Amino acid sequence: MDDLLSEFLTETNESLAVLDLELVRLEQNPNDPALLGNIFRLVHTIKGTCGFLGLPRLEAVAHASENVLGKFRDGEQKVTAQAVSLILASLDQIKSLLAQLEANESEPAGDDSDLIARLNALAAGDAGPAAAAAVVAQPETPAPAPKMEAKAAPAQPVLATPIIEPEPEPAPIEAAPVEAKEAKPKDAKEPRSEAAETKESAVAAQSIRVNVDLLENLMTMVSELVLTRNQLMQILRGQKDSEFGAPLQRLSHVTTELQEGVMKTRMQPIGNAWAKLPRIVRDLSHELRKKIDLQMHGAETELDRQVLEMIKDPLTHMVRNSADHGIEMPAERAGQGKPETGTITLNAFHEGGHIIIEIADDGKGLDIDRIKQKAVATGLASESDLAAMSEQQIQQFIFKAGFSTAAKVTSVSGRGVGMDVVRTNIEKIGGTVEMKSHRGKGSTFVIKIPLTLAIVSALIVECAGERFAIPQISVVELVRAAANSENNIEWLNNAPVLRLRDRLLPLVSLQELLKLGKRADQPSETFIVVTQVGTYTFGIIVDRVFDTEEIVVKPVAPILRDIGMFSGNTILGDGSVIMILDPNGIAAGTGEITVSESAKRAADTAAAKGGTGGDLTSLLLFRAGAGAPKAVPLALVARLEEIDRAQVEHSHDKPVVQYRGKLMPLVTIDADYQMRNEGRQPILVFADKDHTMGLVVDEIVDIVEDQLKIEVAVDRPGLIGSAIVAGKATDLIDAGFYLTRAYNDWFGAQADGEFEGEKGKRVLLVDDSPFFRNLLTPLLSVAGYEVTTVESADRALGLCEAGEDFDVIISDIEMPGMDGYQFASTVKNASRWQNTPLVALSSHATPKDLDRGRAAGFSDYVAKFDRDALLHTLAEALSAERGAA
Amino acid sequence: MSRDISEARGKSAAADDHSEFVSITVAGQLFGIPVLQVQDVLGPQRITRIPLAPPEIAGSLNLRGRIVTAIDLRTRLRLPPLPEGQAGMSIVVDYGGELYSVIVDQVGEVLSLGAGTVERNPATLDPIWREVSGGIHRLDKTLLIVLDVARVLDFSARVEAA
Repeated sequence: MDDLLSEFLTETNESLAVLDLELVRLEQNPNDPALLGNIFRLVHTIKGTCGFLGLPRLEAVAHASENVLGKFRDGEQKVTAQAVSLILASLDQIKSLLAQLEANESEPAGDDSDLIARLNALAAGDAGPAAAAAVVAQPETPAPAPKMEAKAAPAQPVLATPIIEPEPEPAPIEAAPVEAKEAKPKDAKEPRSEAAETKESAVAAQSIRVNVDLLENLMTMVSELVLTRNQLMQILRGQKDSEFGAPLQRLSHVTTELQEGVMKTRMQPIGNAWAKLPRIVRDLSHELRKKIDLQMHGAETELDRQVLEMIKDPLTHMVRNSADHGIEMPAERAGQGKPETGTITLNAFHEGGHIIIEIADDGKGLDIDRIKQKAVATGLASESDLAAMSEQQIQQFIFKAGFSTAAKVTSVSGRGVGMDVVRTNIEKIGGTVEMKSHRGKGSTFVIKIPLTLAIVSALIVECAGERFAIPQISVVELVRAAANSENNIEWLNNAPVLRLRDRLLPLVSLQELLKLGKRADQPSETFIVVTQVGTYTFGIIVDRVFDTEEIVVKPVAPILRDIGMFSGNTILGDGSVIMILDPNGIAAGTGEITVSESAKRAADTAAAKGGTGGDLTSLLLFRAGAGAPKAVPLALVARLEEIDRAQVEHSHDKPVVQYRGKLMPLVTIDADYQMRNEGRQPILVFADKDHTMGLVVDEIVDIVEDQLKIEVAVDRPGLIGSAIVAGKATDLIDAGFYLTRAYNDWFGAQADGEFEGEKGKRVLLVDDSPFFRNLLTPLLSVAGYEVTTVESADRALGLCEAGEDFDVIISDIEMPGMDGYQFASTVKNASRWQNTPLVALSSHATPKDLDRGRAAGFSDYVAKFDRDALLHTLAEALSAERGAA
Repeated sequence: MSRDISEARGKSAAADDHSEFVSITVAGQLFGIPVLQVQDVLGPQRITRIPLAPPEIAGSLNLRGRIVTAIDLRTRLRLPPLPEGQAGMSIVVDYGGELYSVIVDQVGEVLSLGAGTVERNPATLDPIWREVSGGIHRLDKTLLIVLDVARVLDFSARVEAA
């Protein structure tokens, strides 16, 4: 049988069982909106799924029931015993159809118009007792009542009476509740097995659904078992030639396997929840006559089973909403210069102790005006409230119950079931859902779920006698550092750094960060865990490194949540509790910003407010020549060296030094600068491809993290401007300028030759930061490009309209006003430049960003400061264009 | 011990105006924790230190697969630590669905105390002690302070102030 169909049968049978109970409860509490909401939703889901699977008969019955329930919910109809009976009858009809569907794998032929007519009549408001009586006479549902009663009885036996009234066969019902009380599962099944068409679904019986509490319990028992096993093994080690040796060894293996098995039962890839989405979207696009492409990334991301179950329905709802409300008709899209095929993108990944699921569409976005109208109409807010709200706040109304902006109610969605339920379900498991929507550009929903029970691979390290786990996913490599080895920790003022393959790696001492107290003996060697958070790479200094272990992440107690350094804790195989370090938190603790969505958004907002906000940059402070201290972004510096003055030679009257088997030109900060006559001279080494250049300085002062904000622009060559760094006025030097000098003076001819193919190509650089514009312009010029710079996307589009043409466009992502993604999609969709290759430039270059960038129309994505990659990418983008042309 | 507790629970239903307390001793002072809040009583445990946590938090421990946060009642009450070599006991309480293990010197028997012996906190009581005290019971030979578990666990405000 089709997987989709068998899953549908299992799920629908479960929903129906719940519905039976809920409906009876509803009769008792007709005014409980939550109960009514739940019932409505369940029927809605059944109807929806039937529709997608192409089961018109089932869909019609469910649709009619849903209409009646809708009337209940909106208060237009009273919940009466007759009405509930009628709905129960329709559910029985659905069950009987399902049973036949299961047997034949196709919907039986037949006609339910009688039942539907009665449901419609009820919805219209003229249901009489005759209608209720007729229910029982339904030929296809003999004696539906006894079954219902048997199921409902254990919970509330008293409830039975109101429903029994219109029932012509009271005898079996009287007996059922009593029996059911005694032995519920058995008795509940018996009446069903007698009624052939409603017997227990065989498919549902094939897989066993186990209560998660039971699994949790099993997990606890296994942990206990592991502890006992470990104790036994400990005892065994103390005894030689014990006859228990072999059996204990086996016990140990079995225990490990059992532990793994139980852990596995809880985990499922998120792809399981997505499996039926392609089909749903396909059918939807047919039904709605839209062209929709569904893209799914990260299907292998593992989720706790319980969490997965909880987000399954919300996800389906959201994808359905995107397809129904988000994506426009092909003609409409074509009119707006978008491709006819709309795209819905699902993306799941782990990030900083959370699982993030993004659902994005490139449709029309939310209609703010309609949300406003609707909010006023439903009394959620007044006109004056709305006037004071930001667009973002207004968009949040879609999460309110009963809120639907769809102009017409389609059979797909638009009944106001959805976003409120989505949010409730996600919040129930401690998650959040956020939404961004741009009119005409589409909407993005970001679901963030804590990684409460997910299993991660972690590296166990020790520092000051305490053990910690570091999620393996953030660990790039391990470096052993010892005083006499190649890798030696060096100090810049009080900041430890490590030279790692021509890079300077900032280090963080775990012992200091966590205030662990000094170790009595000074360790002869330490280990450095090279860790990456976003694009920021740093090293964590620890005393020892153990193995990697698969750990089950458990959240820390609420009392400890304020400590940002831990993402959770866990119990190791030996039974000890261990804290899990949060690399994001450590990065934040060292001053480096996190790359989470919220931080980015905050930065965006700050930038939008006045352009004063910005990312923190690691700056290397040094003194050279007269005047203020100087600074240069640390990332541009390849190495810090000290040379012996005596080694400096002269070639063509320019100072050079032999460095790593090559001649390295030395550049001074300005023409008047005098090098020391003897002793040692510190230099900053800048490297570009094979060429290196040394900038001669007096003294290296410090490495600081600061916002790079140019206060005063300076005309002097070699300086970008002055900024306040670490509380002092500091000159920011233009590394590009010195590179140019070195190239022009020493490698000019070679450089020209190397980049001849690209000579004269026009590059447009869009970046709001004067620093980067100044940094990149000389770099690109040296490489033979003709560079034009603008400070905003709007300006760039202005050039486009003015008729300018470029061979390649480089754009920043985070910019005030129109950001890089919007810029890219605007350029790609509706401008003369749509065939011009676009390269994104950003300080955030995670795979996620990459995907997002590609989706927006960028041909490639380059991290800021990575000059080699930029030049390489430009050359590639241009050659790709040539290839295409 | 667990049998004591369950017996006491059985009895508490019968006695209306009596409440059951697990008695504990810290630095010679008798305290009582309402028996219904007590999940478990443990001997000395291996505790993992939690860096950067408030000083009252001794660490976390593994209680049959659940991670339990341990609070040192001596530190909480601003008392000197137990002399070297003496191990305390732990009493595990449930608060807001989370388990916490309160480290005390000694855990005693379950006492059934009538409402008639309750006194309010004397005004002269140390503010930190008054904060965690839910009232005083006059016993024959000594006084028993009823520990308000929620207040014992809530030291966030004071941590911020400090």
